[in-house]
Amino acid sequence: MTGFIAALTEAWSELRIHKTRILLALIGVALSVAALTTVVGLGNMAREAMVQGQEQQSGRPATLSVELYPEGGQLEQASVQTALEAVAERYAVAHSSLKLSTNVPFQFPDGVVPTETLVVDAAYGIMRRVDMVQGAWFAEQDQDRLAPAVIVNQAFYQRLGNPDLRTAPTVQIFQDRPVTAAIVGVQRNDWPEAMPRAMILAAHYDRTIAAEALSMPPAMELWVPEDIAEPLTQAISADLRAQFPTASVNVFRSDYAAFGDPFAPTQLVVGGIAGLVLLLGAVGLLNISMVTVRYRVREIGIRRSFGATSGRIFFGVMLESVVATFVAGVAGVMLAIAVVKSPWVQEQVAAGLSELPPFPLEAALIGLGAATAVGALAGLVPALVAVRVKVIDAIRY
Amino acid sequence: MISPQPNPADEPLVELNQVTRTVRLSDDQSLDILRGVDLSIRAGDHLSIVGRSGSGKSTLLNILGLLDLPSAGEMRFAGQPVASMSEKRRAVARGASVGFIFQQFNLLPGRTALENVMTPLLYARGRQFWRREQLAAEMLDRVGLADRMREKPHKLSGGEQQRVAIARALVRSPKLILADEPTGALDVETGQAVMALLDGVALESGAALVTITHDPTVAGLAHRHFRLQDGRLHVGVLAA
Repeated sequence: MTGFIAALTEAWSELRIHKTRILLALIGVALSVAALTTVVGLGNMAREAMVQGQEQQSGRPATLSVELYPEGGQLEQASVQTALEAVAERYAVAHSSLKLSTNVPFQFPDGVVPTETLVVDAAYGIMRRVDMVQGAWFAEQDQDRLAPAVIVNQAFYQRLGNPDLRTAPTVQIFQDRPVTAAIVGVQRNDWPEAMPRAMILAAHYDRTIAAEALSMPPAMELWVPEDIAEPLTQAISADLRAQFPTASVNVFRSDYAAFGDPFAPTQLVVGGIAGLVLLLGAVGLLNISMVTVRYRVREIGIRRSFGATSGRIFFGVMLESVVATFVAGVAGVMLAIAVVKSPWVQEQVAAGLSELPPFPLEAALIGLGAATAVGALAGLVPALVAVRVKVIDAIRY
Repeated sequence: MISPQPNPADEPLVELNQVTRTVRLSDDQSLDILRGVDLSIRAGDHLSIVGRSGSGKSTLLNILGLLDLPSAGEMRFAGQPVASMSEKRRAVARGASVGFIFQQFNLLPGRTALENVMTPLLYARGRQFWRREQLAAEMLDRVGLADRMREKPHKLSGGEQQRVAIARALVRSPKLILADEPTGALDVETGQAVMALLDGVALESGAALVTITHDPTVAGLAHRHFRLQDGRLHVGVLAA
């Protein structure tokens, strides 16, 4: 124990004595680590932005889509809905949503416009990361409203004249029996030129939308753990085929990761660039370490004459390098955090991200681990050189 | 100067029996630097070794200090045959029992006098390691540098630097002090003062002192005198 503490004390003392030279040498390492950590951090953030976008478009991994199509006969809307809801309950799926796309005639100030409307359950908001810009996503109590709750996109809201949400604005559904719906939230447009779009709860659709508007039976989305997605697909398929022998049952993974992680190649390229940056830093450090050891040959000889064993000399040179690069690594990681967390950088990399991820711990650990590994590698060669120093020659050096 | 005589009954600290050191030259020939050297050193001994440049003085000193090994012959250190000691054991024994003083002082640059004297204690264990600063300060006080301990070598005179080197050599209370031309880089007056100090401190501690020198005055301070010529050690001759 004393030996380890003594070696640590010695290493720290060496760093203190040669602080200017070491500082200059370590600037390269600190910058390399900062570059590596920043690339990993920004890569992670960009990936998160892409993942969130994909999850909004196609659902989180693993999302199972369940669809039934009539084959030759008729499929009754209500029985399909009941069967789908029973499936979610039977397989204890925590997040499931009915999904039915239709056109609903909403009354805008400039006239009635058939508007693309999605019938969903409350879980859909979480499953699809629905990004709200005003108001809130459907709550449990919205099912009990007399006037059906509706969430509209920004284009819809704008066309309505941007009424103040605090005044509980309503919108008319223009059909044989007009219905007044209450706007509870505004969703971000999917793209800049998006058309008006609305969402209503499945619990309300039978009293909101005229039956003739519903040409297709409802589908369902289930958010399930990835490891059971495959057996669940098989089981649900078999289950529904048994219930609807004349229908075509289609159960499949519809999320972006259905055929593997599409971001893996990008991640690999980013990692490769980061590794290259670090390698350059390591070569620079190794170069400086070699020069340093040659400069310290006499000192090593003197230490050996005082009783320093070759193991201690090896450990000391290694430790100096590792301690120094670890300190440089900490500085590099702090710099990287400052860069990655800067609002301007976040705006450039992850614009429109609904949930900004925290600085990835993984990037910080990779940065620190890489710095330490570089220190160990860059210290290894000089340490071997130091051990091979002939004491007698070194003292006279 | 009153000095204690070594007790013949004591176990020799270092014993060389027909020691030879041969080096291989670049043209594949061999050169005997030391030939059949016999020497016995006991606690409290004070030896001087004189000889021309290239006579093998430093090689003998390196062998005595466990920095080098004989090519032939037998050497015992504290009763142990050196040939059977591992490199690590020799390093540990060297740290615990041998103190080196070099002609060019060999102080570590950039460190204060105190840090230089503390350096050997970094390789000690237990109390010596944990109390290294106090021990180093006490030793610097003993060599008269209590008020200069925070100075770095380049701010010290030659005599002061050699006193720091003496303090560093003695801080682990070695049994054997090996001084290689300790006054070689000093003027006569400073050299005498440094030797008086070294002699006094060695005497106080009861350590054996081996001095390699060209200076007959310095050699005259020793109790036993040796001369190296052509790799052979001759007893009792002062003139170099």
